[in-house]
Amino acid sequence: MSKSCKLLFAGFGGQGILFAGKFLAYKGLIEDKQVSWLPSYGPEMRGGTANCSVIISDEPIGSPIVDNPDVLIAMNLPSLEKYENAVVSGGKIFVDSTLINKKVERTDVDVYYIPATQMAYDNNIKTLANMIITGKVLKEVDGFSMDNIEAALKKVVSARKIELLGVNETAIKSGYDYAE
Amino acid sequence: MSEKVLMKGNEAIAEAAIRAGCNHYFGYPITPQTEVAAYMAKRMPKIGGTFLQAESEVSAINMVIGVASTGKRVMTSSSSPGVSLKAEGISYLAGCDLPAVVVNVQRGGPGLGGIQPSQSDYFQSTKGGGHGDYRNIVLAPASVQEMASLTFKAFDLADKYSMVSMILADGTMGQMMEPVSLDAGEVNTYEKPWALTGTNCERKHNIVNSLYLKPEALEQKNFERYERYKKIEENEVMYEEYLMDDAEICVVSFGITSRVAKNAINEARAKGVKVGMIRPITLWPFPKKPLAAAAEKCKAFISVEMSMGQMIEDIELAIRCKKPVLLCNRVGGMIPTPEEVLAKIQEANEGGAF
Amino acid sequence: MSVVFEKPKSLTNAVLHYCPGCTHGIIHRLVAEVIDELGIEGKTIGVAPVGCAVMAYDYFTCDFVQAAHGRAPAVATGVKRSDPSKIVFTYQGDGDLAAIGTAETVHSAARRENITVIFVNNAIYGMTGGQMAPTTLPGQVTQTSPYGRDVETVGYPVKVCELLSNVDGAAYVERVAVNSVKNIKNAKKAIKKAFQNQLDGKGFSLVEVVSTCPTNWGMTPEKALQWVEEKMIPYYPLGVYKDIYAEEEAK
Repeated sequence: MSKSCKLLFAGFGGQGILFAGKFLAYKGLIEDKQVSWLPSYGPEMRGGTANCSVIISDEPIGSPIVDNPDVLIAMNLPSLEKYENAVVSGGKIFVDSTLINKKVERTDVDVYYIPATQMAYDNNIKTLANMIITGKVLKEVDGFSMDNIEAALKKVVSARKIELLGVNETAIKSGYDYAE
Repeated sequence: MSEKVLMKGNEAIAEAAIRAGCNHYFGYPITPQTEVAAYMAKRMPKIGGTFLQAESEVSAINMVIGVASTGKRVMTSSSSPGVSLKAEGISYLAGCDLPAVVVNVQRGGPGLGGIQPSQSDYFQSTKGGGHGDYRNIVLAPASVQEMASLTFKAFDLADKYSMVSMILADGTMGQMMEPVSLDAGEVNTYEKPWALTGTNCERKHNIVNSLYLKPEALEQKNFERYERYKKIEENEVMYEEYLMDDAEICVVSFGITSRVAKNAINEARAKGVKVGMIRPITLWPFPKKPLAAAAEKCKAFISVEMSMGQMIEDIELAIRCKKPVLLCNRVGGMIPTPEEVLAKIQEANEGGAF
Repeated sequence: MSVVFEKPKSLTNAVLHYCPGCTHGIIHRLVAEVIDELGIEGKTIGVAPVGCAVMAYDYFTCDFVQAAHGRAPAVATGVKRSDPSKIVFTYQGDGDLAAIGTAETVHSAARRENITVIFVNNAIYGMTGGQMAPTTLPGQVTQTSPYGRDVETVGYPVKVCELLSNVDGAAYVERVAVNSVKNIKNAKKAIKKAFQNQLDGKGFSLVEVVSTCPTNWGMTPEKALQWVEEKMIPYYPLGVYKDIYAEEEAK
């Protein structure tokens, strides 16, 4: 991984935006990286746009706020429209193409379209589009891998829902293996 | 060191309080600090402690007074509008010389304001807030780790000096997650001969009171209190210096803005600008000495804060206005960007503003 | 020589600052007698209000904390939660308990906080020199109702016992008076019960004591006692307003 990777997850409240970010943060922690996770909070959590800033770095993290992400994960149209131009040149944008018809206009970034929500429906794991798209992130972003996904999931899936560990893993894998 | 866990800042405060021996918590829901109450509600019954959601912030702080008067560790938390309501109780805690920890996870104001992060309660916490001559120890965490370690420290300082220690955080600090080690070491215990424990018919009654109808007695009480405050100013100042050795420009910032400023300082350094930072960890006592020393060698200061310019007054006082102090601020829940801070550093470096 | 009457052990030797004819002295004594009789002096913690009884901490031998105006029940909640084995009581006036501290009163009752509240109702703010209180009677002249309390503009008195009788959490609520020997005896019984309830873990117990303020009422002490009988008690009828345990027994 490059020295520091700044990710911005953005979508609707209820899409598991914060959860996916937390998973990546925990994975970083397990791999001895410096990590930070900062959610948007307030009324937008309940239905409006939700987003979270995640930084995974080899060095101590200054500001936890991601204004200009290296990686944008956009899970709805307003999020893509809002943050497309904030992504650094040479950065990566992951688009849930089930929910976003629009194409990214910029040409100085790598774009990955993945029908995460459709795939989640098809695989009967409706609520896990977030983890499918996260799987794709693990595949395409330098420094990420499939290492430690079970350990990281164990940290973020609550004990009461431990039976969901397996489907989360499946979701990540299907995203990882998805070929456009 | 114990294993690091990812925790929200608000939860780190709550867990650290419990580990500091705080078994009593009183609160009232308000964004963005509600996780403190939620965490306490979950944990306190399991350790035989008290979690009570009061009918108001006013009641919550007075319940705190009740527990504090019995000599036990106790905490309340809120966000800006709620802390205004607690101001009465904080003044009484000061007047009664009672130890307690008050947490303010700030949001924009005045009035109902907003719910996004702010630092505009700087005056309120460092200069009073309630009525009368008094001080609070004010600790300003800049990471989730510090949310925990400074909470632990706050209980110690409160007991050591029999007064209120305040954690002055902001919405970002409360909501963000970072790895945190909760292992804080031994809890110091302090004698509290004044505590209301029942006379058991063996001693004269203890009275916890802030009323002195004889002005001579009240004056004396205030003198004594300020002697204690002087000791705190001598012994308890905490701050972090960042790249100050050869700095010509000194950024002063606390909490979340100090993190943003660090990014800007690194960028400025990459461009060859000699800039460093003094980050106050205690806002009261304010790190006057290192700032005065910096004034001898720096050509300008920049106060980066999320208020209309509150801490900047303390910087100017600390350096006796020897050097210009620029303000770099956003308010109302807005957070300065590293670019904005960098621009201000460049402005200071070029001397354009003065 | 046998002693037939003496100062309760739970009162200090401090000279009371109350005005001549004020009934605070009687109520203090009743509370102290009860503390003596129950043998709880060593484990009692009092909470003083803001008002005439602000310096109650000087008069009782037990530990005491002085609370901000109206906040005594919240402070008492903290003290009691800190150590439930202690006996915790507040001693509050009408302005303190029924105006600025209404929320604290109602909610400590709603929580069935296991504390004892002694509520002294003399229909006026005494300490500040005789202003209209939440319990000032309709038509009553005070410094801030110089033409008599006009209910059309300033509203009606708050009847605390009646109010709390509708709060599920309140365990025991009784109104007594101290204007006659018979009433004083009843008052002591009620106060004792309110403390005994706490010892038995029965929860929030409040005794409202209809009291006098000769100085601010502008009456002789004797006339003041008469005024209680003729004006106060008809508006604030004495009796038990709530006793959940008696109700249970009756069932």
